[in-house]
Amino acid sequence: MKLTINGKDQEYAGEEDRPLLWYLREDLKMTGTKFGCGVAACGACTVLVDGQPTRACITPAASLEGKKITTIEGLNTPAGQAVQKAWSELDVVQCGWCQSGQMMAATALLEQTPKPTEQQITDGMTSNICRCATYHRIRGAVARASEIMG
Amino acid sequence: MADTATFSPSRRFVLGAVSFGAAGFAVGCDFRPADAAAGPVTQNMLGPYVRVGSDNTVTVFLRHLEMGQGVSTGLTTIVAEEIDADWSQMRFEHSPANDALYGNPAFGGMMGTGGSTAIFSSWEQLRAAGASAREMLRQAAAKKWGVDAATVMVAKGQVTSGNHKASFGELATEASALTPPDPKSLKYKEASAYEFIGKERDPAKSLGRLDTPGKVHATAQYALDYHPEGMLTAVIARSPKFGGKVASFDDTAAKAVAGVTDVVQVPNGVAVVATNFWAARKGREALKVTWDDSAAEKRSSAAMFEDYRKLLAKPGLEARKEGKGAAGLQGAGQVITADFEFPFLVHAPMEPLNCVIDYKPGESCSYHSGSQMPTNDQRAIFTVLGLKPEQVSVVTHVAGGSFGRRATPDADLASEAAHLAKALNGKAPVKLMWTREDDIRTGKYRPMNVHRMTARVNNGAIEAWGDRTAIQSIMEGTPFLPPGTPDLSSIEGSNDIAYAIPNISVDVHLVKNPVPILWWRSVGHTHTAYAKEHFFDVAARKAGKDPIELRRQLLAKEPRQLGVLNLAVEKAGTLPAGQTRGVAVHHSFSSYVAEVADVTVNADGTFKVERVVCAVDCGTVINPDVVRAQMEGGIGYGLSAILGEALTIKDGAPVQSNFYDYAPLRMAQMPKIEVYMIASTEPPTGVGEPGVPPIGPAVANALLASTGKTYNKLPLGLKA
Repeated sequence: MKLTINGKDQEYAGEEDRPLLWYLREDLKMTGTKFGCGVAACGACTVLVDGQPTRACITPAASLEGKKITTIEGLNTPAGQAVQKAWSELDVVQCGWCQSGQMMAATALLEQTPKPTEQQITDGMTSNICRCATYHRIRGAVARASEIMG
Repeated sequence: MADTATFSPSRRFVLGAVSFGAAGFAVGCDFRPADAAAGPVTQNMLGPYVRVGSDNTVTVFLRHLEMGQGVSTGLTTIVAEEIDADWSQMRFEHSPANDALYGNPAFGGMMGTGGSTAIFSSWEQLRAAGASAREMLRQAAAKKWGVDAATVMVAKGQVTSGNHKASFGELATEASALTPPDPKSLKYKEASAYEFIGKERDPAKSLGRLDTPGKVHATAQYALDYHPEGMLTAVIARSPKFGGKVASFDDTAAKAVAGVTDVVQVPNGVAVVATNFWAARKGREALKVTWDDSAAEKRSSAAMFEDYRKLLAKPGLEARKEGKGAAGLQGAGQVITADFEFPFLVHAPMEPLNCVIDYKPGESCSYHSGSQMPTNDQRAIFTVLGLKPEQVSVVTHVAGGSFGRRATPDADLASEAAHLAKALNGKAPVKLMWTREDDIRTGKYRPMNVHRMTARVNNGAIEAWGDRTAIQSIMEGTPFLPPGTPDLSSIEGSNDIAYAIPNISVDVHLVKNPVPILWWRSVGHTHTAYAKEHFFDVAARKAGKDPIELRRQLLAKEPRQLGVLNLAVEKAGTLPAGQTRGVAVHHSFSSYVAEVADVTVNADGTFKVERVVCAVDCGTVINPDVVRAQMEGGIGYGLSAILGEALTIKDGAPVQSNFYDYAPLRMAQMPKIEVYMIASTEPPTGVGEPGVPPIGPAVANALLASTGKTYNKLPLGLKA
């Protein structure tokens, strides 16, 4: 079956129940999408499926035929670029492990709500865990990305 | 880990340390790919810490693990300053595992990251490394140009003399061939001439974190991202109860899972090996293990707390006595007492423990991981595999958090991996993965403990203070504590209480408990600061005193504690209407931090921490934004624990499994944070941990101010 990942067609021939996360990381060697919990509780594995933030750790790759999958490696929309620029400007990262997922969630938020309020930022980002607690800067970086987008 | 002052190399430790010479230089070097058009990049070492490439990059070898705390920027800043580089040419790389070259003096000469010692212990060494490399570049230039070395200047990555001019890269090969200068001859910059140290990032980000680009663009390679050709993946089924052993196992169903290649017994369980993670996980689910629980723990958390409380009826090991000590608790006035209960806590770094081991029987072994103690891991591996030290190479990757979990004196992960590799007899490189459930349920935890706090209050003063703790010892049995020495590190922060109270008694019962424990970001201070600072407010209010004023009075001879207290209180300003405020100040890891927490208590009893103002005195500030980030993160990590984290035990097994029941702080609970630094020319001290201890008591003190209650059972939960 064909999956479209970052605009490129990939042939998936694995097990029905194997999550997208492991297909990305182990088969395609796209390791930017991270494993954090395996139960959709932390958001480290967040990718976009047709623009919607999706947990790759519980989503079978085989369920995504015909969908557009975007990972951190293919984050080239204006919102995605603004998010990465803002993340760099503010030096958001500490350990960095959750940050791909954070940036994917932020991109989805800004694509739907280009001028989010503080509450909308919190609501859009609160399902992504950061153990380094970089939340303070993530808040600032989402607001800054919104500014960059103009 | 404990305050640096408590680290001393024990005889056993020194004997146990192994040196590996310089053989490891090629190991761990993540050479940047050469630009094909420019020709191959040659690399030259200017001493063990500094490498200058012909592409003009300056790479600093980190003997510490970059796990988010910012050492890749902080340590590099010190070298950049003394070598007089341009910031854009600076790079970092983890050093090879080599105690002789990269040992941490604060760890008795063993390589190690922890105890907030990176900057503190590297300051003199990396200044010397930078100044020495600079001198080698000057000498090389003088020789090349035939000029007097005294005429050669170095500034912003350029070496000049008269009309001569060269980049570092153009001189690197010649410089690396020179003998490094006598360390005693080195001259360091005056603080007033600093280009990098203490400077804020400018809008062009000239002093930004060096690990930001790789982490923002997902090119940084963590150990879990490392995937050599032909690699297999393993997970281990471990005893559900602490102390349980494998009695027997049936691997029929596990082996029937497509992709499973091997099922092998290892000392602490049964490993399921497969061509990918999903198959390994499914194989483990299908595996049937019968556990022998005859020697396993059977108690639950409540019974453990009860056992700990029983011990508190009697005096423990004396850790501090002022005036009449415990006898001072009897006398005129009122005696107040409360038992403070702290649960086990999980580090839960976002990247679960993992490593890749590639064993060639009788020949060699390579080990990839994000480890805080790489030579300790190396030692465990060559011991298990019967190899010579120089046959085991350790490659350190950036780690997705740690908070202490990757610094294990018993090398738990490396040992498991070595036993697994041995059982597979070098069949293929293997990635050993811990799932999040493994991380939450296997240990090692911040030890649970009980503090019995007592104070005698008389005539508006705290006349006597008692702090008795029951807790497991973290250091006992590790190389960091000589045998027979009582471990007082678990009550660091209690025994060095700085308040000028005439009678003080601090003692500890070191408890045996089979639940595995480890240092957890700020170690003893995670609970001692809470008990000390919250009970101080309880006692101050009983004495009819304003807690901040009483702190100022009793810290009058402690200028650095007083300095951060006053700065935080001043910057916090006026308390917004409808909110309540608490303050705490604490000294840990040679740094001083005060935090002011402003909290809203809602009509339904729920509460929210709105804003935290933090003041820190960590001596000379190397990189202000890294200090700020560590305070922000420390506040969030500490707040996470006091609001909602607890690992509880039922019938000898952990109750929690994953982030849905072991619940870390999320953005909705994160306060606004402001960080202020004391200007200082004292030597730099740690910032990774000291931000954690004050937040818990600051919040509890804010709640106390609103409700009058003592908050002595952690976590606090949702309601005030």
